[in-house]
Amino acid sequence: MENHPAVELRDVSKRFGAQWALARISYSLPRGQSLLLTGPNGSGKTTLLRLIATASSPTLGELRVLGLNVRDQREEIRQQVALLSHASFIYEDLSALQNLSLMSRLLGIKDSKQRAASLLSEVGLAPHSPKPIRQFSAGMRKRLAIARLLLKAPAVALLDEPFAALDPSGMGQMERIIRQLITQGTTVILATHQVEHGKTLCNLRLHLDSGRVAAP
Amino acid sequence: MNGSPRIGLLRSLALVLAKDILIEWRTRARLNALVIFAFGTLLIFSFALGPDTQLLQRNAGGYLWLALLFASLMALGESFRIERENSALDGLRLLPVDPRALFLGKALGNAAVLVGLAFVLVPVMIGLFGVSISLSFGLLAVTLVLGCLAISAPGTLYSAVASNARARDVLLPLLLFPLIIPALLAAVKATTVVLQGDPMSQLRSWFGLLAGFNLVYWGLGFALFPLVIEE
Repeated sequence: MENHPAVELRDVSKRFGAQWALARISYSLPRGQSLLLTGPNGSGKTTLLRLIATASSPTLGELRVLGLNVRDQREEIRQQVALLSHASFIYEDLSALQNLSLMSRLLGIKDSKQRAASLLSEVGLAPHSPKPIRQFSAGMRKRLAIARLLLKAPAVALLDEPFAALDPSGMGQMERIIRQLITQGTTVILATHQVEHGKTLCNLRLHLDSGRVAAP
Repeated sequence: MNGSPRIGLLRSLALVLAKDILIEWRTRARLNALVIFAFGTLLIFSFALGPDTQLLQRNAGGYLWLALLFASLMALGESFRIERENSALDGLRLLPVDPRALFLGKALGNAAVLVGLAFVLVPVMIGLFGVSISLSFGLLAVTLVLGCLAISAPGTLYSAVASNARARDVLLPLLLFPLIIPALLAAVKATTVVLQGDPMSQLRSWFGLLAGFNLVYWGLGFALFPLVIEE
């Protein structure tokens, strides 16, 4: 399994109703690489990341993640892939610490509370850890979402607009975290409209337009 | 090695249940609203039927279960609203958490809310309709638990189905009511027997029927929930 690419797409298409969000995408991303995914709004970036994360299934084509087929090996893929999405995947009525502790317990992490607290410190949310998420700003939610992603120590990290809603200090922190992931050998796919910023982080680029691979 | 080992079904179930109970506790205003709604429903039956005490006493079990059924729609809808917010359910799916543990945790959480509500409503029913418990409170408690379990399992499954629809508030009762009518009838009959006495020894049969419906509902929910929450 170690020799398989991190992500392998063969003629992958995704349809929502009558609309094709992705049309016959083929691409192979080797392990340990960092890919910058670019394209205008509606080009299919988020859809592609959701397919790789197994949040949804391709309509046509074959998609493998770490050599595992997304159609029948979802669970194995989910154990090794983490998605930072537009949605934060967190419970509004719980505190930041309760959210992360719950996730770490569900992941079977020992010393879940300490691990959660240390990640909250790492993303600069330690002083806010007892507050309910309802009181969090968009930037604070994004920081919590990245802490949630780090909790999993994924082999493949999918980052959908990670810099959105962050202040300059938050952006610096996010950049440091992404660099750290790449250095550790995590395969990173970064979808962003901040192309120049993304280019400084990633060594490969894939541009999408209207659901197809296109020249940037 | 990267990646996370998956924890067992029972541990996941316990964590999902504890999470739901914690959220309910932190948002007690929702529970208060549920109690007030169910209390109001019982009150409306009492006013609508007028001062005919015998009629009220004869049908008290039915009114109790109708109040619980209507309140359950609110509780079930709410339990999936918190999962829809920020796509939290997607987050659990992708962790990954065993979807069967998700079903059991959420359905048991919903059942706990309904059983709690039922125990609050019993003294209200006794006061409003002037009924007394002919058999024992223990048998009434068993009836309430079995009936609430029979609502919560299909209710949780259908709440998950309806949660992605635009007309989710309309869809849930449309899906749920036809399915649980037999179990609801058994719960009403068992409650009536407990309140009015059991000269024909029917209670055991109604309990057996309720237990049978529970087996079917919980079994179906356990098997179908993973298909419902995956695209």
